Amino acid sequence: MARAVPLRRKLIFTALAWGIGFVIFFPILWTILTSFKTEGEAVSLPPSFLFFDWTLENYGIVQERSDYLKFASNSVILALGSTLLALLIAVPAAWAMAFAPGKRTKDLLMWMLSTKMMPPVGALIPLYLIFRDLKLLDSHVGIVMVLMLLNLPIIIWMLYTYFKEIPGEILEASRMDGASIGKELIYVLAPMALPGIASTVLLNIILAWNESFWTLTLTTKNAAPLTQFIASYSSPEGLFWAKLSAASTMAIAPILVLGWFAQKQLVRGLTFGAVK
Amino acid sequence: MGTISLRNVRKAFGDAVIIPGADLDIEHGEFVVFVGPSGCGKSTLLRLIAGLEDLTSGLIMIDGEDVSDVPPARRGLAMVFQSYALYPHMSVRNNIAFGLKMAGMPKEEIDAKVTHAAATLNLTDYLDRKPRQLSGGQRQRVAIGRAIVRQPKCFLLDEPLSNLDAALRVNMRVEIMQLHRQLDATMIYVTHDQVEAMTMADRIVVLNKGEIEQVGSPLDIYNKPNSVFVAGFIGSPKMNLITGPLATKFSATTLGIRPEHVELLASAGDVNGRIVLTEHLGSDSFLHVDCGEAGRLTVRAAGDYEGKPGDAVSLGFDRARIHRFDSQGKVLV
Repeated sequence: MARAVPLRRKLIFTALAWGIGFVIFFPILWTILTSFKTEGEAVSLPPSFLFFDWTLENYGIVQERSDYLKFASNSVILALGSTLLALLIAVPAAWAMAFAPGKRTKDLLMWMLSTKMMPPVGALIPLYLIFRDLKLLDSHVGIVMVLMLLNLPIIIWMLYTYFKEIPGEILEASRMDGASIGKELIYVLAPMALPGIASTVLLNIILAWNESFWTLTLTTKNAAPLTQFIASYSSPEGLFWAKLSAASTMAIAPILVLGWFAQKQLVRGLTFGAVK
Repeated sequence: MGTISLRNVRKAFGDAVIIPGADLDIEHGEFVVFVGPSGCGKSTLLRLIAGLEDLTSGLIMIDGEDVSDVPPARRGLAMVFQSYALYPHMSVRNNIAFGLKMAGMPKEEIDAKVTHAAATLNLTDYLDRKPRQLSGGQRQRVAIGRAIVRQPKCFLLDEPLSNLDAALRVNMRVEIMQLHRQLDATMIYVTHDQVEAMTMADRIVVLNKGEIEQVGSPLDIYNKPNSVFVAGFIGSPKMNLITGPLATKFSATTLGIRPEHVELLASAGDVNGRIVLTEHLGSDSFLHVDCGEAGRLTVRAAGDYEGKPGDAVSLGFDRARIHRFDSQGKVLV
């Protein structure tokens, strides 16, 4: 039976993939389910999975107590702002490294990546003091800068790998055609690298949206994004599981939807260059 | 005008010297072909003229003006790349118009020029297509169109036909030659194909290991090669190059004789041998003859030549067509 083995194998792999997918997704599912429970039910043992009294009251309370839109708009400003700023720096940087590499370009790239290997807490105290002295604590500008710097190495790396795929002769042709470096970037390189730039942007928005270490330590109110909104429901006293879950669900919903729609683009972007 | 002069042009990447020092003068309207085996520096030399590579030292002059430090766009040259290097996201129209747009030309003027260029190159029906929707030959024409609209002082063509199939290559070769006549522009054409060099060039520049070996008209180079390298590189089938006692007999280190200058004799020729292989091309036959110590020689015979492998033949060399080279590989006069 030549076909039986591949079919069985296919079934096993499919089941395994779904199983792993479910395990990964489970915490998010549990958070969403908990957000529809009462506080009592949220901590009951054994936990109820689907059969409980569904309620929307947590969402009402959360919205009443804190201004979701304010936090959400801060998240949007920080995620988009840091992404745009990073792109402005990363596109020329990646262009230079991909098309005019020097002897130390590879070292430079590795060095940039190495900054991601340091635990962020190592830079916390100096950065906090700088922010305090420059009056940047809890300001949009300050957080945008931090988030931008945080993700810049990854963005440059991603763009660099996309740009490497573009034949240099096309850029040389544009140079012969009289394009300045700026025009070469805008009219030739950017349109050709658009899929790569789009997935880089998406990934960076997601990373910036989810970033919690710096946003929690450097913001309080004015520039506080949704991570602060979630954190404000974690409390050492009282029962807040259901409300915390409702807040979390509200915080991740926009990025989940964005991620869902951009799935194809993201997967293409992240595996770009891996397979020819 | 479009005269180009190179004065002691040198290019090195670190310790690797690509062009040790080249001098060349190209007249207005000339069709000059740089030819040589791959890695001989011909493309690098073209890219130096284009300004896509920086000179290590030396001088490049266009119309008498030193352009060594002038960026590519302001040298007034246009280039056609081997890979065509079309802008994949732009229509044919925009590909051709791009250079004019960059120069800030008014839209009506651009449209007129693009239309005219497209008509010259039979691209009118394809103006709104993207490069990926075109065949190889059409893409090549777009690349040429992009060059001609800018009315450059000189065209630089870097192996423009090497990605085309054989039949198309012959057609495009003719088209480029017609275009050259029509535009009355200087053209520098890089190729490793000596047939292209022979058929297209007003003057051929033969390069070897970054050095200019010989400059001359195709027939000059064919009839009077000044080194063993040029003798062996130009001509198809290759010139027979003989070393050893037979060469010494003619008081040379290397003796060169082209297949068409070897005569088949009944007996008492300069050398005797046995046919190993015959190639019948219809108009001619090429015989590969094993001549023992003198090596294997190629001989041109009539199309209907009936000799078979294994037959013994005697070969006579046309005395007026013998090329003699010294131990350095240079021609002996």
